[in-house]
Amino acid sequence: MNSIFAKRRARLLAMKAIRDNRTLADATIECPKCGQSSERKLVAQGLSVCPKCGYHFPIGGYYRLSTILDPGSFRELNAKYPAGDPLSFPGYRAKLEATQRKTGLAEAVVTATGTIGGRKCVVGVLDSRFFMGSMSAAVGEKITLAIEYAAKNRLPLILFAASGGARMQEGILSLMQMAKTSAALARFSEKGLLYISVFTDPTTGGVTASFASLGDIILAEPGALIGFAGPRVIQQTIGETLPEGFQRAEFQEEHGFVDAVVPRIRMRETLAQLLRLHEKGGRA
Amino acid sequence: MNQTLTAAQRVAIARDPQRPGITDYISALFTDFFEQKGDRLCGEDAAILGGVALFHGRPVTVIGTRKGKTLEENLKCNFGMPNPEGYRKALRLMRQAEKFRRPVLTFIDTSGAYPGLEAEARGQGEAIARNLMEMSRLTVPIIATITGEGNSGGALALGVADRVLMLENAVYAILSPEGFASILWKDASRSSEACDLMKLTAPDLKALGVIDDIIPEPEGGAHQAPAIAMRQVDLYLSRCLAELEKEKGPALAAARYQKFRKMGAAAPEKEEQ
Repeated sequence: MNSIFAKRRARLLAMKAIRDNRTLADATIECPKCGQSSERKLVAQGLSVCPKCGYHFPIGGYYRLSTILDPGSFRELNAKYPAGDPLSFPGYRAKLEATQRKTGLAEAVVTATGTIGGRKCVVGVLDSRFFMGSMSAAVGEKITLAIEYAAKNRLPLILFAASGGARMQEGILSLMQMAKTSAALARFSEKGLLYISVFTDPTTGGVTASFASLGDIILAEPGALIGFAGPRVIQQTIGETLPEGFQRAEFQEEHGFVDAVVPRIRMRETLAQLLRLHEKGGRA
Repeated sequence: MNQTLTAAQRVAIARDPQRPGITDYISALFTDFFEQKGDRLCGEDAAILGGVALFHGRPVTVIGTRKGKTLEENLKCNFGMPNPEGYRKALRLMRQAEKFRRPVLTFIDTSGAYPGLEAEARGQGEAIARNLMEMSRLTVPIIATITGEGNSGGALALGVADRVLMLENAVYAILSPEGFASILWKDASRSSEACDLMKLTAPDLKALGVIDDIIPEPEGGAHQAPAIAMRQVDLYLSRCLAELEKEKGPALAAARYQKFRKMGAAAPEKEEQ
């Protein structure tokens, strides 16, 4: 009986993961980093990593979950939480609806429970296709609800960040989500529970300056841009071009802000290892 | 009260170089100020000024962003745009305030955290995030007053408080109206249009529940009659502090958590699809 449900859930996530990739319809795909074309099938088999240079293509939230969760363990949290328009910003609601139709997503974050290597956890993934993964009030709320769910059920928490920063159309309320998520993590941390943050490309602004920088363990995908200010703003401020590799995952690792740069292909086993390591002392 | 001012006019007043700054507030409202420098990690940042002082005879920790009054000071203070060292110093002082059971009073006037090369290399994002997290669980009263511009995470990093007050003509926003217009419309010249949409004035923010109270300013702005403005700030701070000091530490932290927990929580309209 249980296995039937597990199979159904596995199929559901697989379908959503496929939908995540449906915009990529061509037979070949060009890598924006090395410029070489590769067979799409080959790229997809390698978790959307360029087989020639190792560039990590951005991937959708459900697809990301399908690459790290044990098959059949995915259960979405607050899937129906509505996107809002708290400042009644002109044109925003129409743009939200258009983006929802285009991506099939309700908002820029998917949160879920599932298992990794048999260990239960709560996982949230920001999706850069939805308003650049920017922090709306709904995103902040869904992340906070996921943190609270993990705290209540004493589960480890994993958040994948990918964000252009604040949701402009929600103004100050977007800013307040930084305080809200960070405060929720303070409470979570006091319970002695594990929080793993994973930076993916790109993560800037308010997400870097809140929950994404507060992990007990901080991982990053290779080449991910990680910063508070975006490169364009910095360039304008200092009036010179930025050095090669500035603000990339490897740079942040060298500067002490990332525990490890983990290629996508190793992400699932790395997370499984970390959950295993925190099982006793960390009560994960 | 200057009820008739437009949002763009308030932005101009908030940025007026004559407007009272942190050093003016310290000399008008506090006695016995002792400045504390350095983050005890690697540096000192003049863009944030902090220390211990007496407020009506009671020891408090005072922390504020500093723009400087002269060009020389402006340069030294990086025009009030803090580096990570500034935020880490602020956190050090707040933790010390907790140790000695002193209330924390912050004064915010910044166009934002500095978007520079070194600021990034030393973890500007991490420094701000850490402050947000730690301020949320401090067990002494925190009162934040936005005196001029309060822009971005750079302002919020001193703003997770039990009471958030705003001077009548101060502004508080996700970023500057110019930045907002340039991101959203790729046109920084549309900033006055942005001002109207951003809900950055004190009355707008009070209506949204982001701030708790508006401190009235004299006609034309605080710089027109600083003594009157200071008296008002003193009055509001004294009143808030008296309220907060009745609470026990853990209850304060719990109420502060709930205050920010609620922001943007309720879906503004429930639509069935």
